[in-house]
Amino acid sequence: MSRTRRAYEWLDRRLGISTVIRPIIEHPVPRSVNWWYVFGSATLIIFVVQVVTGVALAFSYVPSPLSAYASLEFITNDATLGHIVRGIHYWGASAMIVLVTIHAARVFLTGSFKYPREMNWLTGVMLLVLTLGMGFTGQLLRWDQDAYWAVVVAAEQVGRVPLIGGILVQLVVAGRTIGGATLTRFYAVHVFLIPSLMFTLIGVHLYLVIHHGISEPPTPGELVDPDTYEEHYEEILKKDGVPFWPDAVWRDAVFALAVGAIVLGLAIIYGPKELGQQADPTIIQAFPRPDWYFLWLFALLALSPPSFENILIVGLPILSIVVLVAVPFLAPDGERSPRRRPWAIAIVGIGALAIVLLIREGQLAPWSPDLNPGPIPANVTAGLTTSQQEGAVIFQQHGCINCHTLAGVGGKRGPELTTVGERLSNEQIVWRVLNGATNMPAYNTTLTPDQVTQLADFLTAMNGESAPGGTPQTSGTR
Amino acid sequence: MSTTDKVLSRRKFLNRVVLGMGGAAAAVISVPIVAYLLSPLINPAKNVWRDLGPVDSFKVGETIAVAFEDPSPLPWAGETAETAAWLRRVDQTTFTAFAVNCTHLGCPVNWMPGAELFLCPCHGGVYYKDGTVAGGPPPRPLFEHEVRIQDDHVQIMTRGLQVG
Repeated sequence: MSRTRRAYEWLDRRLGISTVIRPIIEHPVPRSVNWWYVFGSATLIIFVVQVVTGVALAFSYVPSPLSAYASLEFITNDATLGHIVRGIHYWGASAMIVLVTIHAARVFLTGSFKYPREMNWLTGVMLLVLTLGMGFTGQLLRWDQDAYWAVVVAAEQVGRVPLIGGILVQLVVAGRTIGGATLTRFYAVHVFLIPSLMFTLIGVHLYLVIHHGISEPPTPGELVDPDTYEEHYEEILKKDGVPFWPDAVWRDAVFALAVGAIVLGLAIIYGPKELGQQADPTIIQAFPRPDWYFLWLFALLALSPPSFENILIVGLPILSIVVLVAVPFLAPDGERSPRRRPWAIAIVGIGALAIVLLIREGQLAPWSPDLNPGPIPANVTAGLTTSQQEGAVIFQQHGCINCHTLAGVGGKRGPELTTVGERLSNEQIVWRVLNGATNMPAYNTTLTPDQVTQLADFLTAMNGESAPGGTPQTSGTR
Repeated sequence: MSTTDKVLSRRKFLNRVVLGMGGAAAAVISVPIVAYLLSPLINPAKNVWRDLGPVDSFKVGETIAVAFEDPSPLPWAGETAETAAWLRRVDQTTFTAFAVNCTHLGCPVNWMPGAELFLCPCHGGVYYKDGTVAGGPPPRPLFEHEVRIQDDHVQIMTRGLQVG
C-alpha cells in the first residue's frame, strides 16, 4: 500500500470520509436537473467570497466614526490591492442580492417549495431577508454622507411603527442622535449577528436539500401528492438518478466560476463604490441616495400618496414577509410546472418589471429638486425687455429653476416651463406664482408685486418663438 | 406498574432537568446582555443648552446653519459628535431654530435664501421660512429646537432625532 493510500485510510477511519461524507456529496439527484438549478449554489459561493473578503476588510477597517472613513481611504488607496478586495466585496454584495432573488424566483416558478420542501422555502425566505439586511448594514459602514443619511432615513421609517416607533428609533441609532455608538451597532450586526444567523440557516437549508433531495424539474400534469410524493421521488432516483458529485455539480461549478469572474472583473475595471464625502451632520448639502438594491424603495416612498405612506412604510415589509412565508401553505401540493401555473409567471414577471421600473425612477428621481441648476441659457434671455430679463433673474434666484426645467436647465419636480407662455396667460401665471399649488409654494409673501410682474412677464415670453434660436429642449441636463 | 414505566419516568425526569437547567442558565445570562443592549433606552442622554455665539453675530431676517455638540458625545464620535440646525433671527429678540431633518423621512433640508424656502433633496419636500409645509410629501412642519438668549448669547436646546 502506498504512503498516500495509508494516510488516506488513517484519515478515513477517523473522519468517516467514505462512510459519511462521500455518500452525502455523491447522493443521487434526478438526471433531468438542469441549468435552472445553479443559482442557489452560486449564491452560496458568493456568500463564501463575501465572508473571505469581509474578514480581510475587517483586518483594517476601524468601526468608529472618528476613523472609519480614514480606514476605508487607507484600504482603497494605500493597502496593497485593497481596492480590489473592497471591489470584490461591493460587487459580490450586488451579485448575491441578484442571485438570491433569481434563486427564489426559480424555486417559486418550478413549484419546488411544495411538499415536502416547505422548510427549504422558509429558511430560504429568512436568508433572503438577511441578505438584504447585509446589503443595508454594509452600505452604512462606508460612513460617508450617503451612509449617515441612510441611517437617519432608516430610523425615520422605523419611527413610523405605531406606539413603539420612538423606542425602536433609539435602539436603531443607539441613543437620541447618531453618534459614537451608532456605527459600532451596525458593524456588530453586519459582521457578527447577521452572518452567524446566516451560517446557521445555510446549514439547515443545505441539510434540507440533502434530506429531501433536489426537486426534480417539473413535468406538466404530474401533481404533488403528499401521500405518494416520497415514493415517486425515490422511483425517479432509482430509475434515472445520477450522483450529485460530479454529474450535476459541474454545472454549478461552471456557473459559479462565471459569476466569480464577472465579480472580479467588475472589481478590477470599476473598483468599489466611490467613497462619498465623509459623514458629517453639520454639512447639510447632501444628496442621500441608497445603493441600487434599495432604490426601488426610495422611489416607492416618493411616488406613494402621503396618506398611504405610513401603511406602506410599516406594512410593506411585514406584508412581503407574510406573503413569502404563506406561499408553501397556500399551495402545498398539486401542479408544479410553470406552464400550468400562469399566475406564478405573472407574479414573477410583474414583480421583476415593477422593481426594474422603480429602480430606474429612483435613479432619475424627478421628484427631487435640482439644488445646483446651471444658469438659464443666454439665448433664452437674449432679446427680452429689461423687465423680462429681471424676471429671468428672479426665476433663477428665487427657487423656480430648482423645480422647473427651462430650456434644458433645472429640476423636474414641477411642469417644464420652456413654452409655458403658450399654455398660460400672463394673469394665470401671476395667479399661480402668488398662490402656488399642491406641490408648489405660494410666493405672495416672498416676492414683491413688482417682482411677480417681472417674473410673469418673463414666463409669458416663453412661448417657444421669442428667443432667437432658442429651440425649446425637452430633456434635462442631468 | 412495570419496570419500563419506571425507567421512562426517570428518563422523563432527566430530560426535564437538563432542559430546565439549560433554559434557566440561558435566561440568567440573557439578563445582563439584554440590559446592556437596551442601555440607550435605559440611560438616555439628557438634552442640554448649547451656546451658538453672541446675538449680534446673527442678522435679522437671515437663516443660517449652526452646528453644536450633542449632549455627552462619546470620545470616538468624531464628526458625528455634532448636530446642525437652521437658525433664523426673526427680529431683535426672537430666534427660531429648525431641525435640519425633513419631517418626511429625515433627509437634510437645504435653505434657499433667494426663494426663502427649505428644499429637501430626497423626495422633494418644501417648507416656508417659518417651517410650515409648502409642498411635497412632508406630513408636518419642520421640528423646532428651543432657543433662548442668555447673557447676550444665543443658546439652543439639543434634541433627539424626531420622528413624524
